[in-house]
Formats: sequence, structure tokens, C-alpha cells
Amino acid sequence: MIRRYVAAALAWLAFGAIAQAEEDIVLGLNQTEVSIATNFNGSEIIIFGAVKRETPIPESSQLQVVVTVSGPSKPVVVRRKEKKFGIWVNTDSVEVDRAPSFYAVATSGPIRDVLSGVEDLRHKISIPRAIRSVGAPMTITDSPAFTEALIRIRSQENQYQLDETGVTVDQQTLFRATVQLPAALVEGDYDTRIFLTRDGNVVAQYETLIDVRKVGLERWLYNLSREQSLLYGLLSLAIAISAGWLASTAFALIRR
Amino acid sequence: MQIYLPIAEISVNAFLLLGLGGLVGVLSGMFGVGGGFLITPLLFFIGIPPAVAVATGANQIVASSVSALLAHLKRKTVDLRMGTVLLIGGLVGAAGGVSIFNYLKSLGQVDLLVNLCYVVFLGIIGGLMFIESLNALYKTRSGKRQPRKKHTWIQKLPFKMRFRVTGLYISVIPPLLVGAFVGLLAAIMGVGGGFIMVPAMIYLLGMPTKVVVGTSLFQILFVTAFTTLLHATTNYTVDIVLAVLLLIGGVVGAQFGTSLGTKLKAEQLRILLALLVLAVCGKLALDLLLQPSELYSIGFTS
Repeated sequence: MIRRYVAAALAWLAFGAIAQAEEDIVLGLNQTEVSIATNFNGSEIIIFGAVKRETPIPESSQLQVVVTVSGPSKPVVVRRKEKKFGIWVNTDSVEVDRAPSFYAVATSGPIRDVLSGVEDLRHKISIPRAIRSVGAPMTITDSPAFTEALIRIRSQENQYQLDETGVTVDQQTLFRATVQLPAALVEGDYDTRIFLTRDGNVVAQYETLIDVRKVGLERWLYNLSREQSLLYGLLSLAIAISAGWLASTAFALIRR
Repeated sequence: MQIYLPIAEISVNAFLLLGLGGLVGVLSGMFGVGGGFLITPLLFFIGIPPAVAVATGANQIVASSVSALLAHLKRKTVDLRMGTVLLIGGLVGAAGGVSIFNYLKSLGQVDLLVNLCYVVFLGIIGGLMFIESLNALYKTRSGKRQPRKKHTWIQKLPFKMRFRVTGLYISVIPPLLVGAFVGLLAAIMGVGGGFIMVPAMIYLLGMPTKVVVGTSLFQILFVTAFTTLLHATTNYTVDIVLAVLLLIGGVVGAQFGTSLGTKLKAEQLRILLALLVLAVCGKLALDLLLQPSELYSIGFTS
């Protein structure tokens, strides 16, 4: 029994050592935190790094890099409009269990060349793979149209991005990618993953988090509205009432 | 200057919002309406989520109605007793409206309901106002006055009450119903409902015109304040930053609108307002009738 564990541990060590010996990622980020303040108008994340290796660069294949940044996932409902009684009404809907609020993929070449279908499925890298939808009702036969619509709408809003020239790789060692975060950004932990691939197979991966948070007034108001919603409501009323009162008094004085 | 709205979670141009508030303020000062029926659809157009637009719109109306109500209180043109009866109906209606709103939100039909309400009510009110003011223009030229109709069936209802400021002795049932109906609309459409309340008070309850606006403002103030609180505590959709920007534009615009309004004749003003109402109605109707360029939409599960 113990022997089996030892063997497993040894095998793991050996495997780890091999992985270590081949290619590994050393990563840098221009910012590990994104603060959403009142003047927030989008942000740019620069992801840069180097490939660390103990052995010479393999010459048989080209090193490729894939970078993904993913916002917090939330289940969403995709609804479709249909003409009923002369007007356009939401009718069919499909629930998508997991859809990141933001998802960017940057690659160093066309994604189908850089990444094999199997690896994409395993690591859920491309946009359609990052979304999971299972709960389509029996009445809907064309449920893929709904996930396509989700991707289409979010891509138009710049919330889903695929940039196949977004990563530049220098001498198979240095790489650099920029990801644009749009102004309409949801706060949360943004999962950032970097994959090194050769011949479509992932040879190394690295994962880190970018913390996107509302700060200052935004933070305070948001928390207040969720935790002390009555107080927040009363505060909005107080502001409205005093603004109305101030306006009428001020202009009454001016008119006099 | 871009500004990030903490509740709507989008970034918009602050001057656009100030301008929007100002524009609606000018119109509301000119025509003596709250302007909710304009601000909420305009917020939809610039991409504010409908739920946030409706809730924040209600908050904005609180400010403009406080400002106007103070002026009316000074002139003693508010029937507090009638206002209170309307208000009781209004609060019941608003509570019902918010629960209908939340139920339809879970079904994904809230946008449809809000739009349909707008098209139907703006269409009816705009159309009636347009016809009525055209007639009035014609009548003032020919020098005739229309006699007021008597609604005898309203006089027969029980639970009569005396309203001294208004000079009426009528049943409390019609004002309660009118109040409840306006409260319902206030919660669903994010409007004060003055554009429905004022004609209802004149034509249904037979109140004298001079106390109608002040009394309706009194009721609207409390109903929209209540609606704001309900939306804030159940939906978390009141955006203070958005409200403040709209308010600043609104209160300044309203004062310019008031002086602009005194330069025009009442009938001309009403025709202009009617055309404006019909234009907003037409735009919203086209959205419902024409095939949208994107048939799909994304919502969140609660």
C-alpha cells in the first residue's frame, strides 16, 4: 500500500521535474488591481512574460501563446422575440448556466492553428467553450442559436473579445499581450490564464487573478444600496427633496 | 467627462446626463408636467438598464415635485384632504405596481409592459390633449366656452366626504380609485402620473382647475417617494449618482422653462406638449411594431 503511494509520488515528482525542465512561464502584469472609481472609463491590462527553460528551444515546432481574461460568471437568460398579435414580444428563452460577464482571448496566431479542439475542450479556452449551456427546454430545437446570440451581443458590446494577433512572441521566449477592459465593467475576480502551446497542445499554463473593484464613493454607495437598502432609499429621497427645496428657494430669491 | 454609475454599472457622459435633465427640466417648467414620461424613455435610449431607469426616474420626480409643490403651498392651491385620500389609493396602487413589475421582470416581459403602458397612455393622453387644445384654439377665436359636463353617477356613490378647499362634497371611492390607478402606473412606468391625474381630477372628479395641479403634485410627491423606497429595497435599482446628475440639470432647466412658458399662450403650449407626447409615443410604438435588428436579448436570473 505504502509502496504504491511512494511510487505514485515518485512518478509525480519525475513528471513535475520533466514539466519543469521543459518550458515554464514567468509572468508580469502592469496591474493586478483595477479600481473602478467615479471617473472609470475602461482600462488596459498589459500581460507580459518570458518562457523559462532548462533545455534548448525545440526546433520542431513554433511556440504559441494564448492569453484569456475572464470576468465573474453569472447564469443568464437569453430571450428571443417573436411577432405576436402584431407586436414583438419575448417568447422563447434559454438559460445559460455559466457565462462570464467579460471574456477576452488573445492569441499569437489563428486560434484553430494555435490550439487543438481537444485542448480547447479540456481547458475551455475559446469563447464558445467558456460558456456552458445545458438547460434548454424541450420545446426549443435550435438552442445553439441562443448561445450564438449571447456571444454576438456581448461581442458587439466589447465584453467578449477574440484577438488572434493580440499576443506578440519574440524569439520564442518573450511574449506580450494587451487586453482592453470596457467602461461597462462588472466587479469581481478576473481570472487570467496564459497557455503555451506547441502543435496545438498545451505545454505549460499559468493562472493568476486580477482584482477588479469599485473604490471610494462607488464602493460606498454600492455597498450601502445592498446592505442598508432602506437607508440608501431614504438618502436618495433626502437628496431629491433638498435639491427640489433648494432650487425653489434659490430661484425665488433671484426673482425677487 | 465620463462618469461610472455605481448601480447601473455603466459609464456614461456626465454632460449628456446634465443636458438630458436640463432638457426635461425646461419642458416640465414650460408645461407644468413632472417630465417622468420623457426622462424614463430617454434613459432607455442612452443605454441605462430599464429597471434602473424606472426607479431612478421616480426619484427624479420627487425633486421636481417638491420644488413645484412648495410654490403651490404658498399660493394655497393644494387641497390636503383630497390629496390625502388620493394618496391612500396611490400607496396601495404603487405597492401593487412594484409587485407586478417584479413578477414580469422574472418572466422577462417587463420591457414589453413598460413600453406598452407608455404607448397606450401617451397615445391616449396626447391624442385627447391635441384634439381638445385644437378645439380650444378654435373656440377662443369664435368666442364660445364649452359648458362643463356633470357626472351624476359619481354623485350617487356612498362614503361622501366634504373637501373644503376644492368645494366638493363627493364619495371617497372615485378619488381612491384614481389615486390607486396613478400609483400603479407610477411604479410600472417610473412616472409621477400627473398627465393622467390632472385630466382625471378635472373631468372625473369635477375639481376646479386652480387646485388640481397643486393637489396632484402633493399626491405624486408621496407616491413617487414611496415607489423610490420600494424599488431601492426590493430591486436595488435606484442609482444616486444618476439621479443627482439629472436633478442638477432638471432644477436649473425648470426655471428657464417657466419663464419661457410665460411667453406662449396656454393653447399653443398645450398643442406643443401634445405633439411632444405623441412623438415619444410614436417612437416607442415603432419599436414594438417594426422588426428589431437584434431578436435576442440577455437577462439575468434572479
